[in-house]
Amino acid sequence: MAEIVDARGLSCPEPVLLTLETIKKLGKGEIEILVDTDTSKENVSRAAQSMGWQILKIVEEEKGYKITIKKD
Amino acid sequence: MEGLKNFFATKGGIIFVGLVIGVLAPVLQKLGNPPNMGICVACMERDIAGALGLHRASVVQYMRPEIIGFVLGAFLSALAFKEYRPRGGSAPFIRFILGIFAMIGALVFLGCPWRTLLRLAGGDGNAIFGLLGLIFGIWVGTRFLKAGYTLGRTQTSASKATGLAFPLLMLGFLILLLIDPQPEGEPKGMLLFYSIKGPGSQHAPLFISLGVAMLIGVLAQRSRFCTMGAFRDLLLFKQGHLFLGVAAFFLSAWITNIILGQFNPGFEKQPIAHTMQIWNFLGMTLAGLAFVLAGGCPGRQLFMSGEGDADAAIFASGMIVGAAIAHNFGLASSQAGIGPNGAIATIVGLIICVIIGLTMRRR
Repeated sequence: MAEIVDARGLSCPEPVLLTLETIKKLGKGEIEILVDTDTSKENVSRAAQSMGWQILKIVEEEKGYKITIKKD
Repeated sequence: MEGLKNFFATKGGIIFVGLVIGVLAPVLQKLGNPPNMGICVACMERDIAGALGLHRASVVQYMRPEIIGFVLGAFLSALAFKEYRPRGGSAPFIRFILGIFAMIGALVFLGCPWRTLLRLAGGDGNAIFGLLGLIFGIWVGTRFLKAGYTLGRTQTSASKATGLAFPLLMLGFLILLLIDPQPEGEPKGMLLFYSIKGPGSQHAPLFISLGVAMLIGVLAQRSRFCTMGAFRDLLLFKQGHLFLGVAAFFLSAWITNIILGQFNPGFEKQPIAHTMQIWNFLGMTLAGLAFVLAGGCPGRQLFMSGEGDADAAIFASGMIVGAAIAHNFGLASSQAGIGPNGAIATIVGLIICVIIGLTMRRR
């Protein structure tokens, strides 16, 4: 079961901050991050990759994007 | 379109945008904008406050087309790339107050982060203290972010009008500027106030300023160029993506200034600058802290307001009101030094921003 981070509606850099907190907490596994702007989508993806996590998929939803990241 | 969309999110994209803005700003100066002020979001919003008569400092009154162009360029870009999204409602009044103090801090130093770098690129050594203050203010802000600072979630608006209001206000300003130009040598048109001397009287041709600003609006909207974010991300996450853009901006502005003969190194008698270094430092500390707490530098706030972000529009409005307060009550600096009430306003601003940083937290 993937951990979910709901960062929709939050100002920069909170989506990245929440994502990195969860990455730190879990160490590995799967995380789904919900964001509502393209800026947050790019920032979160960039931050996750810089921590060695893999972007599994980015799905466009009604209110933004669901980014799924993974580390084995 | 998709390829272009991705390009601006890359390292190459942000560096390209920084390089382009770094060339265009000194060129605007060459074409008539005030020295080391090819672009200054704070100064130009202050000039707009003057043009509207919100303050009556006669030397800084002009309806700057650059501000209008930034918002309209970002708006058109957001529409074209399907990123226009009307939203708002994340602690609007706190953002308004942050806008006011961001402007007060910027006018104690005499410049926004863009002008801080442009002053430095023009050889103004006093800007070193402003830059150090900016970085320190941003560092303080990152401590609050680490401790859970938030202004809460914004809401996607049901009505398109929420996000249209600010771009339409800018369009209205543009129409005013076009139908009410400065009568030769006069300080007032039908409605708008103008400067006969001083920085407000110095400007590049209207359509060049507007065109350049709209281009920058598009580029910055695409790339998320943010001068405050550059230092914040470096301090908070050790991520240098935005910083690459800002470094490119500084370097290309510096080289362009040298080529155009606009590089004059020194501390004394620098244009629209003072040498009271402690206040250069603290003014930008206040501005930098306010920018972090509001989530973007003043340029970025304009670009976000073009994307439909009403909270960013509130911050920008706060900056315009802050300019009026700064000039009406002797808070703004001049070549001679800080204003009679500049020091106390800076300290009050710092205290209020720290209180906001401490109290607005995730539960």
